[in-house]
Amino acid sequence: MLNKSLKLNKDIFDRVKLKKIATRDGYGEGLIELGEKNRDVVVLTGDLAESTRCEEFEEKFPERFFEVGVAEQNMMSIAAGLALSGKIPFVSSFGVFCPGRCWDQLRISVAYSEANVKFVGAHAGITVGPDGASHQALEDIASVRCIPNITVVVPCDAIETKKAVIAAVNVKGPVYLRFGRPKTSVFTSDKTPFEIGRAQVYREGKDVVVIGCGPLLHEALLAANDLEKEGIDVSVINNHTIKPIDEKMLVDVAKRCGAVVTVEDHQIMGGMGSAVSEVLAVNFPVPIEMVGVSDKFGESGQPNELLKKYMMTKEDIIMAIKKVIKRK
Amino acid sequence: MDNFEELKKLANIIRQDIIKMLCEAGSGHSAGSLGMADVFTVLYFNILEKRPKDPWWEDRDRLILSNGHICPVLYAALAHAGYFPVEELKTLRKMGSRLQGHPKARELPGVENSSGPLGQGVSQAIGFALAAKLDKKKHQIYVISSDGEQDEGQTWEAVMFAGKHKLDNLTMIMDRNNIQIDGFTEDVMPLEPLKEKYEAFNWYVIDIDGNNIEEVIDACNKAKAIYEKPVLILAHTIPGMGVDFMEFDPEWHGKVPDNKERKKALKELRTLKGKIEFD
Repeated sequence: MLNKSLKLNKDIFDRVKLKKIATRDGYGEGLIELGEKNRDVVVLTGDLAESTRCEEFEEKFPERFFEVGVAEQNMMSIAAGLALSGKIPFVSSFGVFCPGRCWDQLRISVAYSEANVKFVGAHAGITVGPDGASHQALEDIASVRCIPNITVVVPCDAIETKKAVIAAVNVKGPVYLRFGRPKTSVFTSDKTPFEIGRAQVYREGKDVVVIGCGPLLHEALLAANDLEKEGIDVSVINNHTIKPIDEKMLVDVAKRCGAVVTVEDHQIMGGMGSAVSEVLAVNFPVPIEMVGVSDKFGESGQPNELLKKYMMTKEDIIMAIKKVIKRK
Repeated sequence: MDNFEELKKLANIIRQDIIKMLCEAGSGHSAGSLGMADVFTVLYFNILEKRPKDPWWEDRDRLILSNGHICPVLYAALAHAGYFPVEELKTLRKMGSRLQGHPKARELPGVENSSGPLGQGVSQAIGFALAAKLDKKKHQIYVISSDGEQDEGQTWEAVMFAGKHKLDNLTMIMDRNNIQIDGFTEDVMPLEPLKEKYEAFNWYVIDIDGNNIEEVIDACNKAKAIYEKPVLILAHTIPGMGVDFMEFDPEWHGKVPDNKERKKALKELRTLKGKIEFD
C-alpha cells in the first residue's frame, strides 16, 4: 500500500498525467533559494552554466558565481579553498567530469580536508542518451562513495532535488548530488518529507522490497503497482541517501520482506545496490537481485531505448522481483 | 624579526631541526625541506600577519603549501613561531601524531590545507584569495609550490584562472631547485622559460635567490605592492642547502640521512660548513 503520510503525487501511477521535469531544474531552483537566504553560498561551473542550471544564479548573484572554464580539477580545488575560508561552494558539472575528472582533488583538497564543498554530477546515468557512452556517468556513485567523509545523495525527481540541494547546506562537509538530464516524472510533492540519511518507505508490502534511487524509483513504484494484480505485495524504498546509508531501515525492511531488489541507473558494481548489499550481507543476509548496468559501457540512443537494452525498465524490475521471490 | 643575521641563524636552527625530525622519522624528504628553510623563516618571522596563539584569527595571512612533501620545513617553522611546542617535531610521521607525513588541513594549528598529491595548492590558494576578495579582507594568500609540480596540468589551469581574475592578493613562491624524484627537472620535463610562461599568463614575476634572506624579504614586500596581477616569486634555491653531500643531488629528494650522515649534516649546519667554531 502506498504510504499516504508521505503525501506523494496523487497521480503517481499515471505516467501520462504526471508532470515531467528534469531533476537538474530542481537544482537551479534550490540554488536561487539558497542564494537569497545565505550569503556564503557560491557557485562554480566548468563551462556548463546552462546545462547544470546555474544561469539564473549567475544573473542574480554575479559576484558569487565563478566560471572556471573547462578545468574541473582546478574547479574542485578552488572550491576547497573557498570552503576552508567559510564559503559554501556548489561545484556544478556533469557526472562524467565531476567526479570523473577531479577525483584526486575531491579526495585530497576536499574530503581529506573535510571542506564544506557541495558538488554536482548532472547528466548522470545512461539516460543522458544520444551523447553516448563517453558522457554517461555510470561509475560516479562507486567512485565517490568509497572516499571517507562524503555524503552521497541521488534525488528521485525535481521536487526532491530542490529539497536535497537546500538540505545539503545543513550537512557539514562534502556532499555529492547526482542529477539526470531528461525530463522525468515528478511523483513526490512539496509536502513530501525529506531528510538526508533517512530512507523512506514509499510503498508497504510484505513479499519483497525494491530499494531504488533517482528517477528509476518511479519505475519501481509502477512495477509494484502492476504486481499487486498478480497478488505480489511489494515494498518500495526511496534510498536517496547512499551515504551515510540508512542501515536500520534497510535491515528492518529486509527482515520484514526477506528478499530485495535494488534499482539504479548506474553500474551494478559499486553503486547503490552494492551499498545496500554491504549492509545486508553483514547484518541480515537475504536474496538480492540488482537492476542496473552490468559492467558495460553505454552507447548513443534515446533514454527509453537505452533503459530497455540495458535492462532497467519496469518490466526488468518485475522480472527481478519474481526471480528474487523464488530464491526466498 | 627584522635583523637579517638573526633570521639567518634561525633558518639554520630550522635546518638542524629538519635533519633531526627526518632522522627520527626514518623517512621523508630532505632536499626541498632544507632548500626552503630561508623562505619559510622569512615568511613566519618577517612577512606573515599571524597570531600563533589564535591560529585561525580571521585576518591572518594564509600560507598554502602545495608541495606537501616538504612539510618538515613548514612544521619546524610553525613550531618555532609558537604554534605548537618544538618538542612535538619529534613525532613527525609517527602513529597518533598531528605531524602527518603530508599535511592535513587544520590537523595542526597553522596548517591551512591538505596536500601531498602535487598540483592542487595553487587552485586551493585561489579559493582562499577569492573568498578574501568577496569578504573585502586585506590579508594576503601565499602559496608555496615546487618546480616539479609544474608538470601537473592543474597547475596551469590555476595559473590561467588567477591571471584572468587579477588576483593581486595571491603570491606564489616557487621552489626552483631544479630537481625532482627522477632527476633534474630539465631532463624529466623541461620547464623553461618559466618567467616568460608566467608573464604570458598575466602574472608579475620576481626572480630571486631563494636562499638569500634579504632578497626573499624584498620580493615578498614588492609582491604586496603589485596591483592587478598575481605575483610569482621564482625562488632559485639549492636543494639540500647547508649540507654539502646533499646539495644539488636529486638522490636526496626523498631520502633521509643515516646515523653517520646525520652527524655529518648537523655538524656542517652548526659550523656553517666549518666557517665557524663548533659550539
